[in-house]
Amino acid sequence: MSDFRFYGSGIPGVSLSDLQGKLIVVEGTDGVGRSTQVEKLRFWLEQRGHAVLDTGLTRSALAGKGLKRAKQGNTLNLITHTLVYATDFADRLENQIIPALRAGFIVLTDRYIYSQIARAVVRGADEVWTRDVFSIALVPTSIFYLKADVEHLVPRVAFNRGFDYWESGMDMGLGRDMYESFCRYQTRLLEIFDRMAPFYGFNVIDANGDAEAVFENLRRRTRALIGETDSAPPAAGTGRVRKARKAS
Amino acid sequence: MRFSEWNSSALVKQITSRGKKKQILTPTTFCLTHAADFADRVEHDVIPALRSGGIVLSDRYIYTAFARDVVRGVDPQWVRRVYRFAVKPTLAFYFRVPLDVALGRILGGRNALKYYEAGMDLDLSNDVEESFKIFQSKILKQYDALVKEFGLIVIDATMPIEEQQAQMRALVKDKLAGLKRIN
Repeated sequence: MSDFRFYGSGIPGVSLSDLQGKLIVVEGTDGVGRSTQVEKLRFWLEQRGHAVLDTGLTRSALAGKGLKRAKQGNTLNLITHTLVYATDFADRLENQIIPALRAGFIVLTDRYIYSQIARAVVRGADEVWTRDVFSIALVPTSIFYLKADVEHLVPRVAFNRGFDYWESGMDMGLGRDMYESFCRYQTRLLEIFDRMAPFYGFNVIDANGDAEAVFENLRRRTRALIGETDSAPPAAGTGRVRKARKAS
Repeated sequence: MRFSEWNSSALVKQITSRGKKKQILTPTTFCLTHAADFADRVEHDVIPALRSGGIVLSDRYIYTAFARDVVRGVDPQWVRRVYRFAVKPTLAFYFRVPLDVALGRILGGRNALKYYEAGMDLDLSNDVEESFKIFQSKILKQYDALVKEFGLIVIDATMPIEEQQAQMRALVKDKLAGLKRIN
């Protein structure tokens, strides 16, 4: 029995009752440690014998390359940019995510439509229009939103890989340097994510702490999600997590 | 005046061409890549030209997408919402011909039909020409509904071209009052 549904009219020709797996989304702003957490979660799930597909933005066969080229120069305007990202998303949804769910995989995705919506809205796109465009998406089994404050994000980004032009929103002219721009841009993104959290039913995970603690939290919630009982006694707070899921 | 034609922008076109060449476009990605291409032209060409007080003449517009994508199975309401950023045209002409005339003109005047153009992705028929005929008949039905929905001005395209132009020019002329001229 499948619990899947689309946000809107969805993808033509897809029979939702064929979808057997789980769709787990890990969302969060730049530098929050998303990729690290996705990798750890994937490893943990595979160790437990689950078939996992991991996917992320701009990895589609159709539009991935074009989007990487577009990043090298600010060549696309807002609406065009949003629609190209939607193309990339739709291609991955139809060719990776849906076939994997049919085969009963756990699909783990590093960002989903929410980052795209936030990125467009922060640049002035009409929010309702942007949500409509992305309403082809499947409603995930769970959306884990890794949330960290800007003051926690800054040192992670600055002392790891350095500030990136796009992650700092430099195209928006928000500050004189990347540091200033990053802080302002990420603050605005976080506000949009906060607004989306109740709308889409995010499971918010505090990502201000160290990576291990965040992962422990993520693993505990994932375990509940896939209906696994662990040999160890249930960790404190599991009941609360279950309740939160029902509410979302 | 600016002249805008379907399918003309560089980066988006590369993506669309890739999808068409490899035949990996689905109804949804077909719709979205064409919407992106259209958006690029609206943002780069149409809006700046209109803001400058110019006339934009567009060979096909959102209605092509509405007809074609809906025949491909895309939700009619969703595709309309996707194109909500489009500027509402001052005048929208629809050149109507009966199906057999359209088929005769297209099939007689050129070489091979392309895969998506013939609607081969829809499994209507294994024969390209047959598939094209079925596809076109469905598209014409959609256009007829669009005429009512969007108030398209229908021009009978079986008439002599001079007559079609005379009708068009009379209607366009009414809208030109007060526009800037270059000289």
